[in-house]
Amino acid sequence: MDLHLDHITLVYPDGDTTLTAVDDASLTVPAGTTTALLGPSGSGKSSLLAVAGGLTRPTSGVVRIGADVVFDPTTALATATRTRLEQIGIVFQAPQLLASLTALEQLELHAHLRGRRPATVEEQAMALLAEVGLADQAHKRPAQLSGGQRQRVAIARALIGAPRVLLVDEPTSALDHERGTHIIELITRLSRELGAATLIVSHDASTLGSVDGTVRMFDGQLEGATGGPVDAASLVRRPSR
Amino acid sequence: MFVALRDLRHARGRFTLMLVVIVLITFLVTFLASLTAGLSRESTSAITGLPADHLAFAMPEPGDEPDFTASSVTADQWRTWADASGVVSADPLGVATTRAQSATSTSSVTAMGIEPGSTLLPAGATELTAGTVLVSASAASDLSVRSGDVIDIAGQKLRVGAVLDTEASFAHTPVVWTTLEDWQAIGAPSNTATDDATATVVALTLDGSTHIADTDAAAGTATLTTAQARSAIGSFSSENGSLTLMQAFLMAISALVVGAFFTVWTIGRFGDVAVLKALGASTGYLLRDAIGQAVVVLVLGVGIGTALAAVAAALVAGAVPVVVATSTTLVPAVVLVLMGLAGAVLAIVRITRVDPHAALAAH
Repeated sequence: MDLHLDHITLVYPDGDTTLTAVDDASLTVPAGTTTALLGPSGSGKSSLLAVAGGLTRPTSGVVRIGADVVFDPTTALATATRTRLEQIGIVFQAPQLLASLTALEQLELHAHLRGRRPATVEEQAMALLAEVGLADQAHKRPAQLSGGQRQRVAIARALIGAPRVLLVDEPTSALDHERGTHIIELITRLSRELGAATLIVSHDASTLGSVDGTVRMFDGQLEGATGGPVDAASLVRRPSR
Repeated sequence: MFVALRDLRHARGRFTLMLVVIVLITFLVTFLASLTAGLSRESTSAITGLPADHLAFAMPEPGDEPDFTASSVTADQWRTWADASGVVSADPLGVATTRAQSATSTSSVTAMGIEPGSTLLPAGATELTAGTVLVSASAASDLSVRSGDVIDIAGQKLRVGAVLDTEASFAHTPVVWTTLEDWQAIGAPSNTATDDATATVVALTLDGSTHIADTDAAAGTATLTTAQARSAIGSFSSENGSLTLMQAFLMAISALVVGAFFTVWTIGRFGDVAVLKALGASTGYLLRDAIGQAVVVLVLGVGIGTALAAVAAALVAGAVPVVVATSTTLVPAVVLVLMGLAGAVLAIVRITRVDPHAALAAH
């Protein structure tokens, strides 16, 4: 299912005034494709991603997955949490793995959150770890893994629930160029295989050779957002360097 | 408790520290409870073990608080009770702490004077006659006497009729039983105006239909249950009150300590909680996980502490008055777990306020 961000505006209180982090942004990401959201620091990329993931409520506008509105300004916290669990996978800027869980348990956690016995997903989790090249590291904890390995576990964790939408926030910020490029390629391939609509926030265009399209964001506004949504599928396919 | 149990396994040092503190507090509380019960038994067992459910006191002034040392009932008063409706038995009982001397030892004892053949005859005794004394096991041990020996109690020479295999204490002194007549000669006051025979209290067994207040008014007495009568023993109230207060403070401290531990622990877990919320963990899931962790630590710590205290109390039972029973082990254990849980819950509930977006951005 496609991800639709419809006229999203996000305004934060800022002392006596307000700060508009996202200004009437509209974007559609087709299922099975990967779109990169580029822009300088403070342009509102991560804020837009947070709205897309239900981590923060928009001031106005709605988030749809397919035809269903999943997040709007009135969405209850419990509802947003449930939607994230069932339909959205998130890869954070830092891997944010739980220190006490092994790589396998980081994936099994998803089943437990959904009220299932972790053992029911062990086979699937091992297969996914194998996909990201970490099958032999399944029983190691984050402290025993490298930065790149932790990021790959985080990607596998985000995909274990077969989400309809995958949101990735600066996945290469702590990696060198080569590793960063490989991570983006991994995300793009897996998203395509699982049919997830994937939105990657990044400030480093040089690693984004494998994505299906890019969108730029400046001062809370999307490039090309002149009243209509930006259709990522119609964008230039190679990002400028 | 998917995350909670793995957390416990991963942060062994931290949880071991918390566990040790809980074990120590539990040991203190449980041992103190056993000691309190033991001291209470040494102070009151002669009264609480009476085959009676009420005691009628006659104080010098109306309105005086019942007190064994000041109470003195007359024959008229115990006959009033004996004749009252609903009274199954009414027996005069003399209680006086005095000095006893055998051929080799001297010791404080409490002499309890009873009518021969009354219901107050201690278990294991077959008869009590004038000039004889029945001696409890600890009194016999303190005085180094056995059946047939003669002991001097406040100037009265009495022959030991039997050493009873029973422990009875009053105000931390072992008990000996004499006839009421012998007890009156030991040093109990007589009613000089009428020369009526006196005792300290009237021991009553009631069938539940007695109008206690009316009979008290008619007899000029104040009646308490045998449990309530413990407060009429001089040292008991202050001693028991102090020890009980110490236990209460320790339990409150345990709740504070556990709460403080889990406050610090929870604050340290805010990052993990933010991640879990961002991944889709509900508030209910997070609370169950965290509270489950507190339950595991508390039950384990309190269990170990209780076991150690029970073993320690059993080992020192010969030298120190302790009681190892459900009331002094399991009851304090349950209270400690509940109070610790209350402290932990107050700390843990703050995770419901973690904003995953803000926490992740800060992290």
